[in-house]
Amino acid sequence: MTTKTDKIDRLAELTAARAEPEHGLGLWREAFRRLKRNPMAVSGAVIVLLFLVIAILAPWLAPYDPEARTWDHEVFQNQNIFVGPRAENWLGLDNAGRDELSRIIVGARQSLLVGVVATGLGFAVGALLGGLAGAAVGLGGRVGQRVDAVIMRVVDMLLAMPSLLLAVSVAAILGPSLLTVMVAVGVTQVPIFARLLRGSMLAQSHSDYVLAANALGVKRRRIVLGHIVPNSLGPVLVQGTLSLATAIIEAAALSYLGLGNPDTSYPEWGSMLADAQRFLSGAPQLAIYPAIVIIITALGFTLLGEAMRESLDPKLRK
Amino acid sequence: MSLLELHDLKVHFPIRRGIVFDRTVGHVYAVDGVSLSIESGQTYGLVGESGCGKTTLGRAVLRLNEITAGKVVFDGTDLAQLSEKEMRRRRNRLQMVFQDPLGSLDPRQNVESILVEGLAAHDIGKTRDERRKRVLKTLDAVGLPGNALSRYPHEFSGGQRQRIGIARALVLEPDLIICDEPVSALDVSIQAQVLNLLEGIQQELGLTYLVIAHDLAVVRHISDTIGVMYLGNLVEEASSDDLYAAPRHPYTKALMSAVPVPDPLVEETRERILLTGDLPSPANPPAGCRFHTRCPWRQETRCDTERPELRQIGTGHRVACHFAEQIESGEIRPTSELAAAILPDAEVQTEVPNA
Repeated sequence: MTTKTDKIDRLAELTAARAEPEHGLGLWREAFRRLKRNPMAVSGAVIVLLFLVIAILAPWLAPYDPEARTWDHEVFQNQNIFVGPRAENWLGLDNAGRDELSRIIVGARQSLLVGVVATGLGFAVGALLGGLAGAAVGLGGRVGQRVDAVIMRVVDMLLAMPSLLLAVSVAAILGPSLLTVMVAVGVTQVPIFARLLRGSMLAQSHSDYVLAANALGVKRRRIVLGHIVPNSLGPVLVQGTLSLATAIIEAAALSYLGLGNPDTSYPEWGSMLADAQRFLSGAPQLAIYPAIVIIITALGFTLLGEAMRESLDPKLRK
Repeated sequence: MSLLELHDLKVHFPIRRGIVFDRTVGHVYAVDGVSLSIESGQTYGLVGESGCGKTTLGRAVLRLNEITAGKVVFDGTDLAQLSEKEMRRRRNRLQMVFQDPLGSLDPRQNVESILVEGLAAHDIGKTRDERRKRVLKTLDAVGLPGNALSRYPHEFSGGQRQRIGIARALVLEPDLIICDEPVSALDVSIQAQVLNLLEGIQQELGLTYLVIAHDLAVVRHISDTIGVMYLGNLVEEASSDDLYAAPRHPYTKALMSAVPVPDPLVEETRERILLTGDLPSPANPPAGCRFHTRCPWRQETRCDTERPELRQIGTGHRVACHFAEQIESGEIRPTSELAAAILPDAEVQTEVPNA
């Protein structure tokens, strides 16, 4: 008798444990759960985290001082004599006899910093403009439409210019400095974020649940802030991670064009790439190393972004 | 007095062109002069094909669309005249159930937050507990378990989602609920459940429904009175039984004859009216009777020039056709060019060659 009741009790416990959780999973938490299972997201996150750790710990990780021309007696760029990988210097020496590996490691700092700050800047300003325009339309009326039209024409002007040209002109106007690079790259991101958020908000404002909230008698302001904005942020956040990759490449391009940070006491991937082009025939590896790390970092952010897009898209949910 | 009365309701959407300066180049006459009244506690079914303006009409009653002209008298007040703020305050008495159960629920809100939103908007219930009690009672009424509160719309099945949508409308204790295609997005097996739920709630709470649907069986099942819309106009209105037994308007006749009959013998021999041509564009509706371009009984005298009024014939039966009586008595036969569209039994069989 007792064994039977015990069995039943145990069974009840088991089914209770397996029963639906008391609390439902929100869209974000659900998305995160799916993100963790997605190999693409995991590899992207690992790459991004790896580079972040390298950037933060760079001074301790780098085997040598990246600016010390310790081995400059071994390198003769005029005679095309370079030093490749060897036991002391895993990636060899650069054209001035500095340890290439240390320069790549320390270079991660500036490149990531520029990428993150520039994208953050572009995101903040772009989302503000796009959000204002979207909210203006959402609140309705003639005035709202005017506000939207004015904001969006300004954004369109920015969008009409090729992004690199825009960045180059901003950098040229402000004069080269680290901040300039960030602002210049950030400005090119503004119209993308603004357009995306506005478009996404407009799409949401025509959705049935906005109509339903309207029918319930919810105030317009509350509908915009409580329904339209939160539901529009997903694609913008995804664009953010994708933009990080572009920002790093664009910052490198600016450095390459000589519009980067004039303070050369810190190595930076873009300027390393720019310097290396003069020795491309003699020492192609000097161009290849920074190019590879730029590509891997960009890839990491892109993978993460794509995976985020997939996990946030309600249509792709099972 | 009727709970809801529409007087010559018109909803015209402007068609705008131009890049810098918009100009209005025309209108879509989505709803073009509809008058009807719904008695308290009754169900009014509105049928018609896609694009006839039935959804627009439903939304106009709630002022979710701008009303071009006419009156929407709800419980003695003309809603069309209210300011936006006054209208917002009154929305707790008129609610809506939407066609797409998932699309009409915010994916980021859990059920509790969805149901509390309306209460908060109308300052009903002071404390969180008070509101939760009311929400739980409503969930019970629509047959959802109490543990649904903290779950999200994507975790439910289609029928359950529609129950959430019904609960959202119900929690405000409205007098009138407009159901816009309440079951057309659901599996047939679930449709009956949801319809029965709607009926049960109505009996319990004395609600009034305006049910918009294109499925004639659904409307017949649930409605007391049925209105048939064609191209922004109400063409016929009668009690549910009356309309199905004896449709008077040519369009209604055609609509009814399109419903298959489950008995194969009847199905083979019954008269079918096939309409030719497409629904004309509501941006450029035909003059006179809106239906005259497709009507098999069209007469040269008045149909293409004079717009028929919705007039009373018989008790509680209204029809907008100049010749309803003559068609009924057989005095007017389908015109020759369109006669082929009315297929007697023999011709149907020749059309379907089979072994």
